Amino acid sequence: MEIGKKHKDIKGTFFIGLTKVLFVFLVFVLFMIFGKIFIEGMDIVSLEFIFDEPRNNMTEGGIWPAIFGTLSVTIIMVLLAVPVGVFAAIYLTEYAKDTFATRIIRTAVNNLAGVPSIVFGLFGLGFFILFIGRGIDDALGTGLIWGQPCLLWASATLGVLVLPIVIVSTLEALNSVPKSHRDASYGLGATKWQTIKKVIIPQARPGILTGTILAISRGVGETAPILFLGAAFFLPNLPVADICIGDYCIPMINPAEQFMYLAYHIFILATQSANPTLTLPIQYGSTLVLIGITFLLNITAIYMRYKYRKALGKI
Amino acid sequence: MSKDLESLEESELKDSPFGRKISLSVRVKEKIIEYFFAVNGVVALVFVILIFIFLFKEGIQALNNIGLLDFIYFDQVQLDDSLKRLYEWYPTSSEERYSLLPLIVGTLMTAIPATIISTLFGVAAGVYLSEIANPKAREFLKPLIELFASVPTVVLGFLMLAVGASFFNDLLSPLNRLNAFIASLGLSFVIIPIIASMTEDALRSIPNDLRMASYGLGATKWQTISKVIIPAGFSGVSASVILGFGRAIGETMIVLMASGNAANITMDIFLSVRTMTATIAAEMGEVSQGSDHYYALFFIGIILFTITFFLNLLAEIIVNKMRKKNVF
Repeated sequence: MEIGKKHKDIKGTFFIGLTKVLFVFLVFVLFMIFGKIFIEGMDIVSLEFIFDEPRNNMTEGGIWPAIFGTLSVTIIMVLLAVPVGVFAAIYLTEYAKDTFATRIIRTAVNNLAGVPSIVFGLFGLGFFILFIGRGIDDALGTGLIWGQPCLLWASATLGVLVLPIVIVSTLEALNSVPKSHRDASYGLGATKWQTIKKVIIPQARPGILTGTILAISRGVGETAPILFLGAAFFLPNLPVADICIGDYCIPMINPAEQFMYLAYHIFILATQSANPTLTLPIQYGSTLVLIGITFLLNITAIYMRYKYRKALGKI
Repeated sequence: MSKDLESLEESELKDSPFGRKISLSVRVKEKIIEYFFAVNGVVALVFVILIFIFLFKEGIQALNNIGLLDFIYFDQVQLDDSLKRLYEWYPTSSEERYSLLPLIVGTLMTAIPATIISTLFGVAAGVYLSEIANPKAREFLKPLIELFASVPTVVLGFLMLAVGASFFNDLLSPLNRLNAFIASLGLSFVIIPIIASMTEDALRSIPNDLRMASYGLGATKWQTISKVIIPAGFSGVSASVILGFGRAIGETMIVLMASGNAANITMDIFLSVRTMTATIAAEMGEVSQGSDHYYALFFIGIILFTITFFLNLLAEIIVNKMRKKNVF
């Protein structure tokens, strides 16, 4: 071939064209699908739909108990998983050297992320409910309170499930703090803990927050693990109990109760309700709300990650 | 770092103004904090081990109570006293039948087609994003793919149930309205973003020198992609496909809602199947704890855990090898 002469590459043009077509088709299908959810869902979603109770055998009314249950589970999940995950990541980057042990831990983190979610459900049942829950009940002698499916164990199980997400995001954030900042801190006479507290964590905060948001988004969308960990078809009351100090009472999430869950609500209405066609608008509405929540959380996380990567000059 | 400071402190810097000794209480406090972090540091490892232990604790009972052979077939006594060999999952019948064969076939009948579809679209999307799309478009499209990876699987299951099944019912009129094909399409939406995103990462980590060298030799864009870029990134791409396959095997909600859940042993993709994950999900809520059926479901859990564990390990080994090789 002569230099500078453009040769025709018919095969190449075809395959590059094919790649483009496949990609465009993929994006087209995705937009069609989510367009459908959006159009059908918007017919029913309103503030009233979100904050109303289900009525008339769940064929009418709203989804507030399901949203409240999702919120409660997620809050407890974050309280359980995020501190542990962040501390684990701090240990891996700041204390542990790159040894055989740390490599095993990293492999464990990756493998934990790959365990099927239904297996987490089995684990939650076997470990949290039957082992720990029954253990607590036996020790306290109060009868069956913790040794059965309830909000706390569902949150704990989801907490284990999202742990790798928190650890990986925090690791990334901690690794992006330049070594020179650590050296400068030590040079000023700071101890390791002072350096972590005053120098490293403040800089890694956006990354930790990103991980937390991604963990919430994952937890909100999971259905399989909570199927037999206390998610309920319908409950007349919210999982709330009053905590009283003297005469002054405040309602708090009751972790020993069963709960309704938005993702589970969609599943149960679509597959097990008496008349799935009758509840179809509510199914679309719930789906739109769920997708809205996950997309909002993820867009925030993606944007934050983009921003701090840019600030660090990585993009 | 801290080691350097300590050694300095104890030797030559003893008399210098910088050599002020760190007080014992501070050192004890630092050590306590380090142990506190260390306890949290091993938490992921502890949970992997706990999952392993507690699955086996319950699941191993199945081998005592049911027996390994009964997980494969059941010999049913016919009216004329002959035996008929059945491969059925029918744990609630009066003669409990626990053959896992239909469940394994069901899992493969959904996971393999899903992986094939996803590899086609996922690799195409990854190649497009990494090599063909202009950087401006990529900056917008990559997060979009990541966003679609976050869609809850129950939503995809619902969509296949409410929209996909009817669409393909009119188009192809399959024998069962809900079938392995519908389920594998739903699974593809989960796996395509995984493969696309990992493929893009793998291809983008290939040094630009390789592309330039290829163009310098007169290769066209497609020749560069097919002869240089894809071979160089092959291990990364194959790792993504393995991970995707693992996800397809372990995915629950989509197959539970869209596969029809009839335990057929079939090679027909348009028939209903029942996967291992859907079986656990559908039956765990109703079994009485401590029954053979209960232990059998945990046994299925062990199988799932083991398969996905080794698939993930394999993918990780491939990625690590690639990282070592790709240091140019």
